[in-house]
Amino acid sequence: MDFIPYEHGLILAAILFVCGLVGVLTRRNIVFVLMSLEIMLNACGLAFVVASSRWQHAEGQVMFLMILTLAAAEVAVGLGLIIQMYRRFHTVDISVLNEMKG
Amino acid sequence: MIFLFYTAAIVALIATIAVIISTNVVHALVYLIISLLSVAVIFFALGAPFAAMLEAIVYAGAIMVLFLFVMMMLNLGQTTQDEEKEWMQPRLWIGPVTLVALLLVQMTNVLLTQDVDLRPIEVGVLEISVLLFGPWLLAVELASMLLLAGLVAAYHLAKK
Repeated sequence: MDFIPYEHGLILAAILFVCGLVGVLTRRNIVFVLMSLEIMLNACGLAFVVASSRWQHAEGQVMFLMILTLAAAEVAVGLGLIIQMYRRFHTVDISVLNEMKG
Repeated sequence: MIFLFYTAAIVALIATIAVIISTNVVHALVYLIISLLSVAVIFFALGAPFAAMLEAIVYAGAIMVLFLFVMMMLNLGQTTQDEEKEWMQPRLWIGPVTLVALLLVQMTNVLLTQDVDLRPIEVGVLEISVLLFGPWLLAVELASMLLLAGLVAAYHLAKK
């Protein structure tokens, strides 16, 4: 009987997380930065579900639910901030934000 | 199961890389939806159907629709895409990609020392609900407070 190796699931989660990290580090469009954050949160959720499958316990999936809630709240606040930023600066370039003086 | 896992993993990887190198926001969003749906397929293959359904409904459904609405409100046109192409210079990618690739190699080395197989025994809604409304009840209440705070903050921030 063939099964999925445990480390392959975790390595997939790690690669997805790293893709999101590269996106956060390199993109200048704030919408892409927020999307990359979503990718990273999703990769964390994948790692939790893989661990839940490894120990055959449902608590990993409970943690996935918490991550889902966190992602939803974070996206709502982040998109509100993007709308406000676009109204004030008429751009989605994050480098304009270094001139903010309160 | 093993075929399902590896196919969905390859689709997820390609779609995620397409998200971070794409210049059009809406195209990136559609690629992100593909990536999330293939992660949902992976959850099915790992024996977590409840998580898979939540991934498809909440992530690929609700959160991505939120993104799409904001994209329509902002109405980013051709100028943004041209700017985006201008910012996508290979030399900006070298540093971050090298450092992050080093981290990935280290992490892979650590992970490959393990040798355990995943046995996809289904963990259903019942087990999760028993945990959610038993020992994790406080966390569920806190999550509801977090969502309420997110709602109020998003309303306040997006208001004129």
